[in-house]
Amino acid sequence: MTDFDKPATAASAAETVPDTTVGVPQAVGSAPSTSFLEVRDLRVHFPTDDGLVKSVDGLSFQLEKGQTLGIVGESGSGKSVTSLGIMGLHTTGQYGRSKARVTGEIWFDGQELLGADPDEVRKLRGREMAMIFQDPLSAMHPYYTVGKQIVEAYRVHHNVDKKVARKRAIEMLDLVGIPQPDKRVDSYPHEFSGGMRQRAMIAMSLVNNPNLLIADEPTTALDVTVQAQILDLIRDLQKEFGSAVIMITHDLGVVAEMADQLLVMYGGRCVERGSAEEVFYQPQHPYTWGLLGSMPRIDREQTERLIPVKGSPPSLINIPDGCAFNPRCPYADVPKGNVTRTVRPELQQVSSGHYSACHLSAEQRTRIWTEEIAPKL
Amino acid sequence: MTRGAPAATGPRTVLAYVIRRLFAVVMMLLVVTLTTFVIFFVLPKWAGQDPALLFVGKQTDAASIQGIREKLGLADPVLVQFWHFVQALFVGREYSSGTDVTQCAAPCFGYSFRTEQEVWPQLTDALPVTLSLAAGACLLWVVGGVAAGVVSALRRGTIWDRAAMSIALAGVSLPIYFTGLLSLAIFSFKLGWIEGEFASFSDDPAQWFQSLLLPWITLAFLYAAMYARLTRASMLEILGEDYIRTARAKGLTERVVISKHAMRSTWTPVLTLLGLDLGALLGGAILTESTYNLPGLGRLAVDAIAQKDLPVILGVTLIAAIFICVANLLVDMLYAVIDPRVRLG
Repeated sequence: MTDFDKPATAASAAETVPDTTVGVPQAVGSAPSTSFLEVRDLRVHFPTDDGLVKSVDGLSFQLEKGQTLGIVGESGSGKSVTSLGIMGLHTTGQYGRSKARVTGEIWFDGQELLGADPDEVRKLRGREMAMIFQDPLSAMHPYYTVGKQIVEAYRVHHNVDKKVARKRAIEMLDLVGIPQPDKRVDSYPHEFSGGMRQRAMIAMSLVNNPNLLIADEPTTALDVTVQAQILDLIRDLQKEFGSAVIMITHDLGVVAEMADQLLVMYGGRCVERGSAEEVFYQPQHPYTWGLLGSMPRIDREQTERLIPVKGSPPSLINIPDGCAFNPRCPYADVPKGNVTRTVRPELQQVSSGHYSACHLSAEQRTRIWTEEIAPKL
Repeated sequence: MTRGAPAATGPRTVLAYVIRRLFAVVMMLLVVTLTTFVIFFVLPKWAGQDPALLFVGKQTDAASIQGIREKLGLADPVLVQFWHFVQALFVGREYSSGTDVTQCAAPCFGYSFRTEQEVWPQLTDALPVTLSLAAGACLLWVVGGVAAGVVSALRRGTIWDRAAMSIALAGVSLPIYFTGLLSLAIFSFKLGWIEGEFASFSDDPAQWFQSLLLPWITLAFLYAAMYARLTRASMLEILGEDYIRTARAKGLTERVVISKHAMRSTWTPVLTLLGLDLGALLGGAILTESTYNLPGLGRLAVDAIAQKDLPVILGVTLIAAIFICVANLLVDMLYAVIDPRVRLG
């Protein structure tokens, strides 16, 4: 099934080759997806004065209901752009600043979204798929009470009067653990603490029982103690509603507990993907090794230092030739010839459902991982 | 800004705030009055000019000057004079030079040096004219300016945007005495659409409207330009805010996102500018009233200054100060209504 394991390259953008995590081969082209959510060769490009910014450049993945997908990567790797793309928030808002070019296919519950009528997608937004943003203070309107904002989110999709919607808002605030919800419903966002605000944001996102919840760095702006509470809350709510969750983060610690599937992004592309367990314990890509190495851990000896990934993320206008990671990769010279600097590596199956895009051979990766990386972690 | 406790701006807080502010306004007015009083009644003396001389005008003889001096109390120490002035505002005043006694009822601003009429009725005649002009123009420029700014922002880069911004540039650059005279020349003299003197609203609403239409537009044009530019800039900024993205993520239509979520935030900077402009508005009113020959406070002030009519100048200054103070109080209260993060206090 090697044919199905290769996502399309830039040259053959039209010819989408879905690769499946379940291992069921799929027909080439725009055959409807059987998955709850399937993204095929998603590309989000922004034309700017300096050139074309390729924020996401050929991303494919699938997600089933009740499952959690963690998308990990540095700032600028395309995580948030991907999530906004799924929500259709790049193309909406003709008055917004971005003039994004979004191509590929997004199959959501049997419906393709990118080619769909924007108003149909709008009706799905908030009802079928909802989003939690990073900074709840800036993500909530400062001039409306929390209650009003939740009521609004509910009434867009439900034809009920304000009283019913308000009751629902109080119910949701209670559900996410806000004390005295009948009073707090009339508070403004600035009157909440950071953790409470994020709870309110979650209440707003879940008010319509969405089947897909995208959490874009939901805990980054919060205190560590509150982070755990919020993650627990999202997990509990997911269990209760059985929705699919995409958890976007740069913090491997966050996804370690939450995710069933992991997708590591670098320079707008997927460099490694697989079950959370495999990616954590058998990571195949040098960038994933770098992420693991720069993760602080309490059980590490104090004398040992973190192993940072050297250098900075690539410019999305001039993505390096060959492997995008090659300028920062300590093993760029291991494969013979100049292959890492000239040929872009495609995703290859490592084991069932586990893919990695790297020029290192399986033997080389296993050796480096077991001998050099794993002992230091 | 309080955090944690559900804060509310109850009627009691508002009342306490208004009382505090009104007290401050009274103190402010006292200072303004004293300053103006010193400028017009004391400083000329240092320059060798006598207010009594200004009153009697050209037919001078020593006896009548002395008589006036006594009658108006100009010989008293300055603070005593000031005290009499303030007292007269509240309880009225009696001017007497032995046989000749004049009664001036409260609020007494004294008598005009020129017309020898009481100042207060002149002020009450002029105030409604200026208020009509200011309120109408204000409404026009806020609505017009904000609308133009929003259209510009939403149609950024299009012909609409450029046209609106070019007109705005013209509005900022062209002085009232130019646009005013031009509009008079076209609409009044050439086309004859607008004619007749100013009439008060209670006498003849149609004539009132007709006589104020051009002044409104002229005055509003100057200010609307700034509001259009401000609204455009803040609208563009607000459209990039996270909470606008959230509003879209909720599934709201673009119309609701703009008209509700984005517009709500646009009013804050507009109101800030409005608070500043209300103070400067009387300056614009002076030019507009002179150009269109409206019998308002502005024209009264110009005439009084030209004729060195000290009591009228003092009266107009005081009324203008009250106007500015009250307008600012209203704007500050409106601010708290619009932005819940602002607490009155």
